[in-house]
Amino acid sequence: MNTAPLLAVDGLGKAFDGLVANRDISFVVHHGEIIGLIGPNGAGKTTLFNCLAGFHTPTTGRIAFEGHDITGSTPESAAALGIARTFQIVRVFQSMTALENVMVGAMLRNKRVSEARERAEDELAFVGLSHRADTPASDLTVSEQKRLEVARALATEPKLILLDEVMAGLNPTEVREASALVHRIHQRGIASIIVEHVMEGIMPIAHRMLVLDYGAKIADGTPAEIAENPAVIAAYLGE
Amino acid sequence: MTTGTNVSRKMAGTAALLALAAVLPLAVTEPSQQNFLILILMGAQMGVAWNIVGGYAGQVSLGHAVFYGIGAYTSTMLLLTLGLTPWIGALAGGLVAAAFALAMGWPCFRLKGHYFAMATIAVAEIMQILVTNSDALEGAVGLYLPMDQSGWGVLIFLSKLPYYYVILGLLVLTVLVSWAIERSHIGYYFRAIKDEPEAARALGVSLTRYKLIALTVSAFLTAMGGSFYAQKEMFIDPGSVFAGTISIKIALIAILGGVGRLTGPVLGAVILITIEEYSRTLFGSTGSGTDMIIYAAMIILVAVFSPSGVLGLLGDLRRHLPGAKPAEVETSAKEIRP
Amino acid sequence: MHGGTFGIATPRVPLTPALSPGGEGDMPLVKSLPAHPDRKKGAAMTADILFQVLVSGLLIGLIYALVAVGLTLIFGVMDIVNFAHGEFLMLGMYASFWAFALFAIDPIVALPLTALLLFAVGVIVYQTVIRRILKAPMLSQIFATFGLMILLRGLAQFFWKPDHRLIPHSLVSGNVAFGPVQFGLPQFVAALGAVGVTGALWMFLHRTRLGTALEATAIDREAATLMGIDGQKMFALAWGIGAACAGLAGGLIATFFPIFPEVGSNFILIAFVVVVLGGFGSVTGAFLAGIIVGLIEVLGGFLVGPEYKTAIVLSLLLIVLLVRPRGLLGKA
Repeated sequence: MNTAPLLAVDGLGKAFDGLVANRDISFVVHHGEIIGLIGPNGAGKTTLFNCLAGFHTPTTGRIAFEGHDITGSTPESAAALGIARTFQIVRVFQSMTALENVMVGAMLRNKRVSEARERAEDELAFVGLSHRADTPASDLTVSEQKRLEVARALATEPKLILLDEVMAGLNPTEVREASALVHRIHQRGIASIIVEHVMEGIMPIAHRMLVLDYGAKIADGTPAEIAENPAVIAAYLGE
Repeated sequence: MTTGTNVSRKMAGTAALLALAAVLPLAVTEPSQQNFLILILMGAQMGVAWNIVGGYAGQVSLGHAVFYGIGAYTSTMLLLTLGLTPWIGALAGGLVAAAFALAMGWPCFRLKGHYFAMATIAVAEIMQILVTNSDALEGAVGLYLPMDQSGWGVLIFLSKLPYYYVILGLLVLTVLVSWAIERSHIGYYFRAIKDEPEAARALGVSLTRYKLIALTVSAFLTAMGGSFYAQKEMFIDPGSVFAGTISIKIALIAILGGVGRLTGPVLGAVILITIEEYSRTLFGSTGSGTDMIIYAAMIILVAVFSPSGVLGLLGDLRRHLPGAKPAEVETSAKEIRP
Repeated sequence: MHGGTFGIATPRVPLTPALSPGGEGDMPLVKSLPAHPDRKKGAAMTADILFQVLVSGLLIGLIYALVAVGLTLIFGVMDIVNFAHGEFLMLGMYASFWAFALFAIDPIVALPLTALLLFAVGVIVYQTVIRRILKAPMLSQIFATFGLMILLRGLAQFFWKPDHRLIPHSLVSGNVAFGPVQFGLPQFVAALGAVGVTGALWMFLHRTRLGTALEATAIDREAATLMGIDGQKMFALAWGIGAACAGLAGGLIATFFPIFPEVGSNFILIAFVVVVLGGFGSVTGAFLAGIIVGLIEVLGGFLVGPEYKTAIVLSLLLIVLLVRPRGLLGKA
């Protein structure tokens, strides 16, 4: 296994018209790691995701993926390099079936429709949506749509997957299933960064936690360390 | 999902339709009625070509006359100046239009939705003004095709029948291209871009590249339709091939029938051309406006109640009819989504 | 296939009124303007001619501004481009025509009636069609107002024939001369009226409670909804006011411009340019942009040739859309 970090973020900052959303964030992610990214609302978690996935160009700092500088790359080249993502507010392709949604993801690596379909069937099975393959994506429940986005992202054969609140609004059973899914993604050797408010879902599975507050990183450590970090407690109590 | 029996049934249906189209002019021998059939095929060809960019990829162009006109003028000028056969002239027209589409799409596709539609209108209007004032292209006077020649080489005929088969062939070609796109990864990418452009990018789809593919292919086929128009009418001027009327008509045919599906524009052409021709014969001249009222009312109804066109309305209807097969119900449920 | 059944423009109908110097239109805005003899040679313009050109550009620009404020208001409030906006202007012109033909009411006198009528038309259009497509895909929204455009043209053609009509002997007619600069009184009065209406609209948007709510909705719909402003009411109001403005513009130019079912196409593209240039949703922006577009059109027509003036203005649209999509005067 490669020992160099998969993702290295160095001094990343992002401002919108003078409004600072991210400031001086640095961290590394290793191959296959599960990183929990938490912080109060408006702490800049989604902005950070958008910078990593190429949707925003950082104002300052650098992002390196497998040693290559990808600062300010486009979403499509980030995807081609192996960074996949889901969206906080689901964005499934409404006019397509669940299977077709995942096929679009699979086509990044294989343009042949029949082979993309086979790959998509595998990923749908992986997230437990095989029985919904031919259902229009718009007819799925929100929790199913979130899993569909995960399958779609996995179909692009990423090395790193950014999961934006995949557990929000799920019942306790579903949260356990989602945690298990993240663990199985890890077992495939894919690293993940997970934005999550549902602590009981993320704490047991994360290898490391990053905590953002007011756009800056205030803590970086194991879930146990984070739970006792005074700055983190203050940030959450102060919310 | 499409099952095997479904595919073979569709293919049998298509074959039957083609056979019917091939023998139809043998039964309909009246020249004016043959002309009517030709107009429908021309409309369908335009609509199917527009549908590639406006329907599948969801980029509404209200300036497609620019490609139609480029096709008509390129093949005609090549015939008049170099004596080049329109068979090659139409291909050349398609290539010029495709190049124009690339040049125009590159900047314009940075615009979304309404803005893109406005930009296409502007481009087409500017082009019409430029051609109208171009001495080299005979400006507003227009171009006449040679009246003293005829035959398959110059693609000029004294009877309607050969024109019928030429445009039928062009329609089949256009449908085949459209069908191939629909079934390939490009078709999936187009629909992804139309539904959720940001999500498509996150999956590695380059919006600019695929929108350009859509516009370029659509422009190429539209231009070939324009070349055919010139051959059939034997006269073109900016008002007949570059006008806003043409742009609107091209879009209307696809919208009326149902955007984003292969059969939609064909159905749209049958409806629109029939209304146009019959309101003309019923109410006299084109001035009465009844054709406009009828299809405007239809567009508004379609926009308000069924964004997927008349085809979508039919799908809705079929779903609510008792005795519909479950499999069909599922297909139509999928298809009526915009 | 051939023919201008419902065209945006046909060659027989000039796309924009031939208002610039040397224009071949039958009802020029600026009458008896001397064509510049040495235009093609690029000779220097005399101050008089430049002034004449600027004045005629200003006059038509103010009319463009009035057409565009309604369009920009509707767009700002609900993100819908009203392709049928030119048809509201057309209806305003016909309202003036029939008031004159049937009841001998002068277009200038009939203006309040025209405004009321078109306000009603705007609200009805909103309630019957637009309200149903607010959440529809963008495609359906384009198709709906586009369908309205064709429907209104068709109805006008059906009921009132495609003929060009004129209103003879209005209260305002003849020429006015200020030193060497000449222009038609109807054109002058129309521009004055446009200033008045735009000014009144500005006062309404900034000095009344209802107007402030509307302006707030145009600037930031979500924030306005959070502040408890009734969106539906604002939307209907925007359509009413937007249509009334276009109708008033129609009534004002009815004294000197031919009236026919497709007359709206002469103005809608220009109005688009103005809205884009002024920044979507900005009434002040539209007012200034209207004047700029009028000046560029007349000046461009004068320098390059009147047959290219529309192309020049549309090129401006493309340039602004591509370089600065929020408009020259628009906010970030």
